[in-house]
Amino acid sequence: MAADRSNENNSISARVGTSYPPGQGEGSPEGRRPLRSLLIRGAIAAPLVLGAAIAFATKSAERMVYDTDGEAITLEAGHPSLAKWRLPDVPMPENNVSTPERVELGKKLFFDPRLSRDGNMSCASCHSPMFGWSDALPTGRGFRSELLGRATPTVVNTAYNPIQMWDGRKATLEEQAMGPMEASSEMNMDLARLFKWLNDTPGYKAAFQRAYPGEAIDHRTLSKAIAAYERTIISNNSPFDRWVAGDHNALNARQVRGFEVFIDPKKGNCSVCHSGANFTDNGFHNLGLPSWGDPNPDMGRFAQKPLPKMKGAFKTPTVREAAATAPYFHDGSAATLEQLVDHYNRGGVVTTNLSPNMKKLDLSAEEKAALVEFMKALSSPQTAVELPTLPN
Amino acid sequence: MNAVFKTFALASFLVMFAAGAHAGETVVSQKNKDFSQKSLKIKVGDSIAFRNDDPFFHNVFSLSDAASFDLGSYAQGQSKSVTFKKAGTVEIECSIHPNMKMVVEVQ
Repeated sequence: MAADRSNENNSISARVGTSYPPGQGEGSPEGRRPLRSLLIRGAIAAPLVLGAAIAFATKSAERMVYDTDGEAITLEAGHPSLAKWRLPDVPMPENNVSTPERVELGKKLFFDPRLSRDGNMSCASCHSPMFGWSDALPTGRGFRSELLGRATPTVVNTAYNPIQMWDGRKATLEEQAMGPMEASSEMNMDLARLFKWLNDTPGYKAAFQRAYPGEAIDHRTLSKAIAAYERTIISNNSPFDRWVAGDHNALNARQVRGFEVFIDPKKGNCSVCHSGANFTDNGFHNLGLPSWGDPNPDMGRFAQKPLPKMKGAFKTPTVREAAATAPYFHDGSAATLEQLVDHYNRGGVVTTNLSPNMKKLDLSAEEKAALVEFMKALSSPQTAVELPTLPN
Repeated sequence: MNAVFKTFALASFLVMFAAGAHAGETVVSQKNKDFSQKSLKIKVGDSIAFRNDDPFFHNVFSLSDAASFDLGSYAQGQSKSVTFKKAGTVEIECSIHPNMKMVVEVQ
């Protein structure tokens, strides 16, 4: 708002300046008529003073909050203090810089159910674009519908993550890509059979040759191609992104209020973990979910890093596209964003080994509703996904 | 003259003592989800004080053979110290924020 008002003032000044005829200075005929001159000058000065007063009042009314990083954030579209919420270009490894051929191949592989043992599950079976690149289930369903232990994480913006999976056991998208094919509870693929089939399929052989000329069709190129496609699944054009870029109309007042609650350590405290432009610290936290009280709970990160604080800790997911990726948490125990907010507001349920970032929030109904509205403003416009033609 | 000499000798002793007390300790800050130093060379018997300068918790640990420790979670302004008693390479991380990594060469 302040920028708008400032522009208004500038334009007032410009109009005054340009309407002031040349030659009306001290030595002009106006200068020889003091009373009239004073009246004219007063008439000119009044809007300037009024403009300055409006600008001052607007400046004073700007909302500012100290966020969970201890930084002063001005809640105004396009303000420089919002710069850390601007998503950078998609990072990619030097040995797998994306090309159209690699993305095209990766898309075919991502949607091809023949990469599973029974020929009926593809990556997209669980990471479906129709459900925010997840599956809308509390926890996933694997080989022959076997119930899996954790919710299917969205693929959206995983390109930005330096660590993958709920427990962080894979570092890169390339490392992660083969995991579901290898897992007996998921796609359960016979890898020897898979690579023989890919090498014997002319369409795939040609596609691999176009994407990775001179390289073998093996787990390396297969993983690289899928990762290249996943790096195109990006959310960076949400109303929030447009507001950060300077569009005053992109967020309504309630959504801005929700953002304020989200980043204020004395309110939602959400950004202490859901930090930065991708809304994740890529860190691990025990949220005190009810399932942590089960007789044999999922130990999460502890299986990778056997440290006490990592018991029951899981990686912070992005909040981008949250509205499209229900249910929430690693166990899918929150069906709606409202239930999710209620959990945080309570400060957790089973508090053994609780993350020190968790605390009872005492948010009002208005603050909780604003938080939900803000999270809904983190969804980019939906775009149709065209299914690939699979090679034979 | 004698009093001046005594004062000078006492002051020199205190300065030397103070310098000696801190000779083997290095402060490493945790700020903006990063360690202030990515690598460090120290001697056996030296210490590192890990100070949290972020407004949220960190949890410094190492599972290296040369030094295995877990300082637990602690808040802004707090510092915890580790004395390195064995030569070798020590990889240090924050368990909460796995991007935070540093390597200490203990010689």
